[in-house]
Amino acid sequence: MQHTAIADQIEEDLHDPHSFVTRYIWSQDHKVIAIQYSITAVFVGLVALVLSGLMRLQLGFPDTFDFIDPSAYLQFVTMHGMIMVIYLLTALLLGGFGNYLIPLMVGARDMVFPYLNMLSFWTYLLSVIVLLASFFVPGGPTGAGWTLYPPQAILQGTPGYDWGIILMLASLAIFIVAFTMGGLNYVTTVLQARTHGLTLMRMPLTIWGIFTATVLGLLAFPALLVSAIMMMLDKVIGTSFFMPALVSLGESLDYTGGSPILFQHLFWFFGHPEVYIVALPAFGMVSDVIATHARKNIFGYRMMVWAIVAIGGLSFVVWAHHMYVSGMHPAFGFFFATTTLIIAVPTALKVYNWVLTLWRGNIHLTVPMLFAIGFIFTFTHGGLTGLFLGNVTIDLPLSDTYFVVAHFHMVMGVSPIMVLFAAIYHWFPLVSGKQLHVGLGKAHFWFTFLGTYAIYLPMHYLGFLGVPRRYFAMGGTDFIPESAQALNASITLAALIVGLSQLIFIYNVIRTLRKGEPAGHNPWGATSLEWQTPDVPPRHGNWGPELPVVHRWAYDFSVPGAERDFIPQNEPEGKGAEG
Amino acid sequence: MKPAEPLVTSDYTEPGVSGMVRDWGADKQAFDMPWGKLMMWIFLLSDTFIFSIFLTGYMNVRLSATDTWPPASEIFALTVGGVYLPLLLIAIMTFILITSSGTMAMAVNYAYRGDRRRTVILMIATAVLGASFVGLQAFEWSKLIHDGVRPWGNPWGAAQFGSTFFMITGFHGLHVSAGVIYLAIIARKVARGDYEKKGYAIVEITGLYWHFVDLVWVFIFAFFYLW
Repeated sequence: MQHTAIADQIEEDLHDPHSFVTRYIWSQDHKVIAIQYSITAVFVGLVALVLSGLMRLQLGFPDTFDFIDPSAYLQFVTMHGMIMVIYLLTALLLGGFGNYLIPLMVGARDMVFPYLNMLSFWTYLLSVIVLLASFFVPGGPTGAGWTLYPPQAILQGTPGYDWGIILMLASLAIFIVAFTMGGLNYVTTVLQARTHGLTLMRMPLTIWGIFTATVLGLLAFPALLVSAIMMMLDKVIGTSFFMPALVSLGESLDYTGGSPILFQHLFWFFGHPEVYIVALPAFGMVSDVIATHARKNIFGYRMMVWAIVAIGGLSFVVWAHHMYVSGMHPAFGFFFATTTLIIAVPTALKVYNWVLTLWRGNIHLTVPMLFAIGFIFTFTHGGLTGLFLGNVTIDLPLSDTYFVVAHFHMVMGVSPIMVLFAAIYHWFPLVSGKQLHVGLGKAHFWFTFLGTYAIYLPMHYLGFLGVPRRYFAMGGTDFIPESAQALNASITLAALIVGLSQLIFIYNVIRTLRKGEPAGHNPWGATSLEWQTPDVPPRHGNWGPELPVVHRWAYDFSVPGAERDFIPQNEPEGKGAEG
Repeated sequence: MKPAEPLVTSDYTEPGVSGMVRDWGADKQAFDMPWGKLMMWIFLLSDTFIFSIFLTGYMNVRLSATDTWPPASEIFALTVGGVYLPLLLIAIMTFILITSSGTMAMAVNYAYRGDRRRTVILMIATAVLGASFVGLQAFEWSKLIHDGVRPWGNPWGAAQFGSTFFMITGFHGLHVSAGVIYLAIIARKVARGDYEKKGYAIVEITGLYWHFVDLVWVFIFAFFYLW
């Protein structure tokens, strides 16, 4: 059976921009869209960072700040969590890095449907605007916690129960539409538009991570969409999907017979894969950063690919480990604890492979490499506490304490952020053509990395003491010693320092864009295709007249007998080992 | 520009699983089909999850509802000329929708044969059948609303009956309505000859969506009206 080869078979004509507006605003170029996505995501991320600072001020120094009342505190918690997980991490990793890197790394001229890609960004921007609008409506944003559990999320007594929750649900639905438009593009581009010679098993792990995460997103976000629709109906027209008959503020409500547990199942059927939607692109990118900066091929490439796919598949059958205390049948707890511990196997395999890639590598302690190594630390740390929480009997006393907060911040807060910084420092020379300042970058790394431990390590102790999460203030709680407050104050100081140290990074970016040294072509000596474009930064259409042809895998570093210590993927055979 | 020869060729020389894996991993399109068609398949996979979760949610609230579930077959019955006919309206609606799948399949066939006139006629016929389905659904909704069914309650029992009914059939109705608009737009473009150069895969892509919407209806029909 004859197959059409890919390469220059362009089904949709490349849109050729002529004016400033079509080039930079209503742009259909994946690189411009990626930068638009990234700037928007970083902007909302900074909002969420400020919110976390405000939370920490209250926790570290209670009764000091008048403008933080219990309602405001809950609103900060909610918005911080939701923004960080969805509007920053998901959008930046997939909308930002996915958009920029997929076409370049697979040797395509653009995404398969550039117009849809553009719509994806503008819909995302709309969802962000709707989300931020909730700060300005009567009652403020919702304070239901990022999990938005009913019945409290839509009942009087929860901050933002009126307008805030409606805008939050609407914004999530819009975000899902935006993600679907982008996600369809990413998956189709990876499957159909790879250039000559780029077999699936020659793809850089970055692409494998982003690809698998996008598939997860396309299958997991429907659960969030459906639960958002159902909760919206409960709130606006008074259906009872999630609302049992209940008495609120002495008044018996009209709701009857709904199931709040159903929401938890739906939410976590989305929520757990979401963890991997964030983690898998990070796994992929960190693999490429480590291999490039250690001048060594990634250890166990095939196993790394299968681990990504296995983690993706398993992530759909572990969701109820977030619900051990919800009162579900104990047999479920057994099942979900088992699957949760099984998922640790491919994950641990990846960590070993990263370490083994470093082993006897020619490690260059560049800024991206520092962040990548930092990631191995924070991720291992967060992964180990995950083993505690994955077991039902250990989870029960630790549930809803600061131990959980510390765990998920280490594993899916800090770790992806470390990779994001590694990726930004690594690919900045490609995107802008300029090299970020190394000294400032190293300062940024050490503040962030050590600060992370100053923040989250003490939180584990707070968790063991039984300090509950999401509490505005502890009051006169007997089982919590006085010293816990001292610990909280020190965490707050560390958090503020880490937050402020991000200004170093912002200053570095602005300074570099204005007067940075040109980075030149392929400054890291990387092998993958995105560095082999004729122009740096790549122009519209990426490749000039002819698409690249791939002859080897993406990890030919330090090949014996080769002229240089790396062989680009598009270099013909005969000069080094075959991938 | 003439495309170069693929470096890793595959002609299904190896039978079985390993041949399939090798074929899949080769440096060519993973699926031998136009980009738009694959994208529609992936979209439909995602949409399948949406409808599955809607139906799973429905089953869950139905099983956990505290009041008794209203007798569906009696509520959906019509009395025509003094004769009591359970599920008459739904039978007609289902028949219309299945028929529209037939006309759609014929449209795809004629499109690939290059018969633009018949393609357009059949696509419009499909759209009209779809629109009449939505019309009948509106009739059904107004009848139920007249009988006192509301999303937040009804005279016979569990409030979730109305909630799930309006939500799921409404979501499906939106899909059908979107499909009618989609069909109309594509039919107009086919009539104008926009696809003479690109080929008529777009008609098949539209058809995929349409058949999906029909298939989903079969499940809604089974779980809502027959259970």
